[in-house]
Amino acid sequence: MNDLFIIPVIKLLVIFGVCLFFIAYTTWLERKALGHFQLRYGPMRVGYHGLLQPIADGIKNIFKEEVIPENADKAVFVLAPIISISMAVILLAVIPFGDSITIFGKKINLYLADPSIGILFILGFATIGSYGTILGGWSSGNKYGYMGGLRASAMIISYELSMAFAVISIIMVSGSFSLVDMVAAQHNVWNIVREPVAFLVFFISGVAELNRIPFDMPEAESELCCGYNIEYSSMKFALFFLAEYTHLFVFASLVTTLFLGGWHGPFLPGVVWFFLKTFTIIFVCIWIRATIPRLRYDKVMKLEWKFLLPVAIANVIATGAVMALWG
Amino acid sequence: MEKSEIIYVSRDRSEKGHYVAPILKGLRYTLGNFFRKPITLQYPDEKTQRSARWRGLHRLNVDEKGDLKCVACGLCAAICPSQAIALVPYEEEGKTRYPEEFIVDELRCVFCGFCQEACPKGAISLTQVYDYVDYCRKDFLFDIAKLKTTGCS
Repeated sequence: MNDLFIIPVIKLLVIFGVCLFFIAYTTWLERKALGHFQLRYGPMRVGYHGLLQPIADGIKNIFKEEVIPENADKAVFVLAPIISISMAVILLAVIPFGDSITIFGKKINLYLADPSIGILFILGFATIGSYGTILGGWSSGNKYGYMGGLRASAMIISYELSMAFAVISIIMVSGSFSLVDMVAAQHNVWNIVREPVAFLVFFISGVAELNRIPFDMPEAESELCCGYNIEYSSMKFALFFLAEYTHLFVFASLVTTLFLGGWHGPFLPGVVWFFLKTFTIIFVCIWIRATIPRLRYDKVMKLEWKFLLPVAIANVIATGAVMALWG
Repeated sequence: MEKSEIIYVSRDRSEKGHYVAPILKGLRYTLGNFFRKPITLQYPDEKTQRSARWRGLHRLNVDEKGDLKCVACGLCAAICPSQAIALVPYEEEGKTRYPEEFIVDELRCVFCGFCQEACPKGAISLTQVYDYVDYCRKDFLFDIAKLKTTGCS
């Protein structure tokens, strides 16, 4: 009874609470870091150095007026951000946050679930999460939102291919689909040393999947009146926004788990190393956002189909050849 | 046209991958920015320095006895390009002339400093006050009482 119900519920609440807290403060980190990269301060007024800014944003979003346009398909309009955020949060369930700890004589694993198809679970639910973007764009009843949603969907579908091929090479190296086994297989040497090309492909594809600069065509058009979240106000917009940052957090955790050795590390406990590595990757994503201009839409497609996908497939073939010849 | 007469402008530009090195240079530059002190001034805790000649709000100067130096000659009102100064002199036979009404409309003023240059007595000068705010338009019509105390609060 204890093992079946109470411990998973407690783990659920702890993981949910801690991760949502970190995700809300990732928005703070992004604004501050982006400011410092641009030689300015970020938010400084709300709390010390803007630390209460996410809370202020949350309160503002609760009190704003919800607007549903007349041309919108109401059911799908309300459903789209729900799909986005729920699929994003589900992904937190399979990430191994650290080594097993022992509390009160009971061994507790620091992940909520360990399905034997761990990485497929993540790839699958991330794809369903992209439905939120597509449906949101379509149901806005706005031609420009629709176009933004279409572009987003085409981009997301394309970059999933190269991401999957990069993951395939890691599966081959680790010998298992489960994320916990992948971390365990890295206790000697991190996967980034064994598969550097896969790391680059995965990183670039992931940044494209997240709709982040330099690939934020679907969102940038919001500044120019297009974009899938143009008709969304207060809480629904906040859900889209949070879903994007949750995906960013999950992506950084995945990079850590697959390539950077998960929670392995000397001296400090595994959880601390995990979050250190995750936030380093998030910092690198913000750094890239501050530096590189936005790619044109056809260049985005060209990069994927003519460069990333062939490189990823060649990497898989090379990995297979090396494994067959040298074990 | 001979083949030798054709000039190739883009011959040395490599087609593929010519954006990788500039991206890395850009990344290094922004990382350098991250560790530099930001150039923003935290107004109102930190303000910029103004030179001594800065032209701000007007002030009517007084002499040692506490009377206004202004003799209501009207030169400042005449030279003001925005006609922001309204002046009504008071004169008695045998006594000094002084302004009965002296109103500067700070909203019309363009802060050129001509009045300060034109005054023969040094009676009107422009202070360094630039951040005066108020609620109604009529509070921006500075009369003599207000003009005597500019920049002193």
